[in-house]
Amino acid sequence: MIQTDILIIGAGPTGLFTVFEAGLLKLKCHLIDALPQPGGQCSEIYPKKPIYDIPAYPEILAGDLTDKLMEQIKPFEPGFTLGERADTIEKQDDGTFIVTTNRGTKHHAPVVAIAGGLGSFEPRKPPISNIANYEDKGVEYIIRDPEIYRDKKVVIAGGGDSALDWSIFLTDVASEVTLVHRRNEFRGHLDSVEQVQKLKNQGKIHLVTPAEVKEIHGENHVTGVSIVRNKDEKITLDCDHFIPLFGLSPKLGPIADWGLEIEKNAIKVNNALDYQTNIPGIYAIGDVNTYPGKLKLILCGFHEATLMCQSAYQRIFPDKKYVMKYTTVGGVEGFDGSKKEAPKAVVKKIE
Amino acid sequence: MTDITIKITDRDGVLHEIQAPTDMAMNLMEVVRSYELAPEGTIGVCGGMAMCASCQCYVNSNHELPEMSPDEDLMLAEAFYVEDNSRLGCQIQITPELDGLEIELAPES
Repeated sequence: MIQTDILIIGAGPTGLFTVFEAGLLKLKCHLIDALPQPGGQCSEIYPKKPIYDIPAYPEILAGDLTDKLMEQIKPFEPGFTLGERADTIEKQDDGTFIVTTNRGTKHHAPVVAIAGGLGSFEPRKPPISNIANYEDKGVEYIIRDPEIYRDKKVVIAGGGDSALDWSIFLTDVASEVTLVHRRNEFRGHLDSVEQVQKLKNQGKIHLVTPAEVKEIHGENHVTGVSIVRNKDEKITLDCDHFIPLFGLSPKLGPIADWGLEIEKNAIKVNNALDYQTNIPGIYAIGDVNTYPGKLKLILCGFHEATLMCQSAYQRIFPDKKYVMKYTTVGGVEGFDGSKKEAPKAVVKKIE
Repeated sequence: MTDITIKITDRDGVLHEIQAPTDMAMNLMEVVRSYELAPEGTIGVCGGMAMCASCQCYVNSNHELPEMSPDEDLMLAEAFYVEDNSRLGCQIQITPELDGLEIELAPES
């Protein structure tokens, strides 16, 4: 079981900055995120887009903001459970919490901070009526182990980078790769598009455009799909796997069933004090919370994280009195033994 | 202040006739959100960058709309339930020319 002081659900900018503020109070943090990398929306949806309202950064790319935050919190040695979704929470008799992920990883902490943004990112599933029956029976929305496609016939659908990159990769693994896309154009990196073109010319990728997969066939496992090309030409294709890669979209998910007060798809918190939810010890910060006048801005998340950590400290150490110190005065002492502090002024006498 | 009238059919098929300001630099997605015609978190997920298609709508009147940017075009290429009259609401600014516009929100996906 993973033990920590503050268990943060969501590794977006707000969750990451929480590690820093907690670290100043000597509290350790561990983060859970459904995505395989930290940064939340900043790294998943718009890493190459600029943000203009981060104080003191006239312009910063969302991906760079994530990198900077990771650098800032490094001395506080945060733990990460990535690629797993926080599913259940159990309050213990001593008031602490155990949070378990969809993969069974257990985390134990006296304080839980939900910094879940719009929720956990889930694959977008194409509207094919019987698709749910084939999940893990030949339909996969995320490629976890490419080896399962060894010498199999694979149909991939999508027009972005992941569809292109996996099509390229699987040509060396699968016996047959078909890529289906609604357009003739793709929006991946130029290199990937050119590579697919090359593999198509070599007959290694079977390209079907402009087309959509409309039906899935098979008794207990995928045995084929029906594709409609040019709106009315129906093609039936034998295959062992159908892999729709249409990106991810956030869903509030299991957090909605944790007994928290939810309003407009967000968690209600006490913004007059400490961003605590209706369950003492569980806080909600950043885009996932709501209160009168709430703004879903990264900079507001940073503020909420800072106040939340003060309250968490009082909850963990009810008998201690904490006096806030400016980092310029107190410096930053990492858990890794590093110490940053303002240089001392040079003192020299004039003769 | 100048307002225009827009008819919006929500995802439950309910028709709303609403007033939208032309002087607030608003787009169609923001108008839908401000009137809460779709639950928070199900529309405008990316905030208006044409990167999620959660604000996809069908345009049912003959208004001349701003031309589609490559970003919007390619996002629609990957969205679901796309029709010939599909647009992303976040890419349509509210202007006086759009008075009387009729749209329908595409299903959530």
